[in-house]
Amino acid sequence: MNQNSNRAWLYLLPSVLLLVVFLIYPLIDVFIYSAEEGYNFASQTHSGVGTYNYSYVLHDPYFLQALKNTFILVIITVPVSTGIALLISAMLSSIRPLRQLYQTVYFLPYVTNTLAVGLVFMVLFQKTEYTDGLVNLMLQWFGGETVDFIDGPYWAKMFVLCFYTIWVVMPFKILVLTSALASVNPDYYRAARVDGTPKLRIFTKITLPMIAPMIVYLVITGFIGAFKAYSDAVALFGTDLNAAGMNTIVGYVYDMLYGDSGGYPSYASAAAIILFVIVLTITCINLLVSKRQLEN
Amino acid sequence: MEVKLKNITKRFPGRGRKEERETVAVKDLSFDVPDGTLVGLLGPSGCGKTTTLNLICGLENPTDGRIFFGEEDVTDLPPELRGVGMVFQNYALYPHLTVLQNILFPLENLKGKNRLSKKEMNDRAMEAARLVQIEGLLERKPKELSGGQQQRVAIARALVKMPRVLLLDEPLSNLDARLRLQTREEICKIQKKTGITTLFVTHDQEEAMSISDRIVVMRDGVLMQEGKPQQVYDDPVNLFVAKFLGTPPINVFEAEVKDEVLYFSEQPVLEVKNVKDQPVWAGVRPEGFVPGKDGPVICELDRVEVLGRDISVVCRHAACQAENVRAIINSEHELESGLGKVSFSLKPEKVFLFGRGDEERIPFGASCVSDSGN
Ligand SMILES: Nc1ncnc2c1ncn2[C@@H]1O[C@H](COP(=O)(O)OP(=O)(O)OP(=O)(O)O)[C@@H](O)[C@H]1O
Ligand SMILES: [Mg+2]
Repeated sequence: MNQNSNRAWLYLLPSVLLLVVFLIYPLIDVFIYSAEEGYNFASQTHSGVGTYNYSYVLHDPYFLQALKNTFILVIITVPVSTGIALLISAMLSSIRPLRQLYQTVYFLPYVTNTLAVGLVFMVLFQKTEYTDGLVNLMLQWFGGETVDFIDGPYWAKMFVLCFYTIWVVMPFKILVLTSALASVNPDYYRAARVDGTPKLRIFTKITLPMIAPMIVYLVITGFIGAFKAYSDAVALFGTDLNAAGMNTIVGYVYDMLYGDSGGYPSYASAAAIILFVIVLTITCINLLVSKRQLEN
Repeated sequence: MEVKLKNITKRFPGRGRKEERETVAVKDLSFDVPDGTLVGLLGPSGCGKTTTLNLICGLENPTDGRIFFGEEDVTDLPPELRGVGMVFQNYALYPHLTVLQNILFPLENLKGKNRLSKKEMNDRAMEAARLVQIEGLLERKPKELSGGQQQRVAIARALVKMPRVLLLDEPLSNLDARLRLQTREEICKIQKKTGITTLFVTHDQEEAMSISDRIVVMRDGVLMQEGKPQQVYDDPVNLFVAKFLGTPPINVFEAEVKDEVLYFSEQPVLEVKNVKDQPVWAGVRPEGFVPGKDGPVICELDRVEVLGRDISVVCRHAACQAENVRAIINSEHELESGLGKVSFSLKPEKVFLFGRGDEERIPFGASCVSDSGN
């Protein structure tokens, strides 16, 4: 028995080594940075150990703004994108003709460069001296007021960011959900039909529980992905996100390291650790809740 | 509720390339399932048994023909209005629901005037569970049950809505031999107790013969023969049915009829009246051999298997199609096997003649040729 487990560890050694070198060590390192007060980049010295970096970050209005933005983004995009993806996949799997074509169309955004997509979104939403942008033209058409979605009010910018994020994460979710739906044994549906089960009840009582593990997977990875959002915001609002008021936590970390006002690895590390704790907590809650749900 | 199929044809369109032709899964099929009986639908894999069940329960629509439940034409009714219970080949129990929830599922679908209260539903579910003896398992998930228990849950789920017709698609194929014996008796018992008209699909002829009131034999979507099991066994209409029924299977000989006498390899074995001179297939049931010194059928003895009450004689004959001839004889018979040879005479009622071309049955009137002793 013991010899067996020794051998198992031996086999695991390469991957454990990789994990330690590239994941555990950097994490510990970041944690150490975040605790070193008065760190001097040039001399690589610090004056003490404590929680000052955390308290600085937590009182920094830019960080609070980034925190708020990130939370709004997460809370809106994860449920909405999962829900829409579920709807689209359910429709995709119930049609037969041209299914392949639709699937390809829905998957296209996944293989498209996100920055290029961001540019297209900018063109669609931005209001310049020359044009109001396509979306505003449509708004006018329906008798609404024009809004500058890129440089205008906060809610408009947030709307575009959420819209864009949902659009970008959708294809992957649709891909996962359509294959999950396809893997449900059709005999369950046949049995349900013989028993005269209404369509909606089939969906909620049979389909959903059957693909629940996949939905849980999508929600958890969705949360993590949305918490780490950064490039989406850059694609839409440029690199000076603090000025646009659209920064995210990861953006804040980046700015603290390399931005125009950067050069503070301690603050960046503290912010990164805060993000890590948030994601860890949320993921644990997710897992616990979904485990209880799946067991019932 | 009597089920009547009238000239049912089901074609599935060919897929993809145009050259691939459509499949005719069921062809001009007509048979009845009399009210309150258990009928076994029997045939080799791919002969259209599942398709036939799907047509009866409404999951598929026939290309041609009508289906009646009693006097009512149900051909165009959707499954939920037909009142059938179906047990699927793999049971299709919802894995995320408990046994009780599975059994309740069909009841919760009832709407309008058929709607049941919680208590009525529970009572009905308990009754169904009691019928198949799974009262102790109600809180378990399907994956925590054995194959036989799952099968009983599936039957309970099909019975709980009190269907007019119960359809079972190879319900025993996932069980081991012993459980299979036990469960098939249980199915028979449940059917007798409830009196529900039941159609039961299997490719195992023994299973069908043992519990069915009637059997229907199919091949390539076409009905071969229909009737009481014993009657079909004793009077097969063609070589296929004769070969398909019976364990051990019938022995088929390449034979010839000359002057109203049946010859195996130039050896006269049986008088067959009113048969024209022609080459034929002669099928002899294993129990159709009577050992005797002067028997006209002389075989080389291979081995003797003692089965207890009977003995099974495995031997070889040049005219036999298969490698071995297998005869089942009463163990009281003395088996004389001088020089590794055994000789048998034939019981005429256990011998069937079939045309070489169409393999249809050729009737004959018989008396034995050289069977003076018995
Ligand atoms: N949906 C379908 N589309 C096309 N062909 C089909 C379809 N369903 C069945 N078939 C064909 O119809 C024929 C009969 O199939 P069926 O499933 O009824 O056979 P079966 O008797 O139940 O066989 P088994 O004992 O293996 O279950 C087969 O040749 C099969 O390929
Ligand atoms: Mg089948």
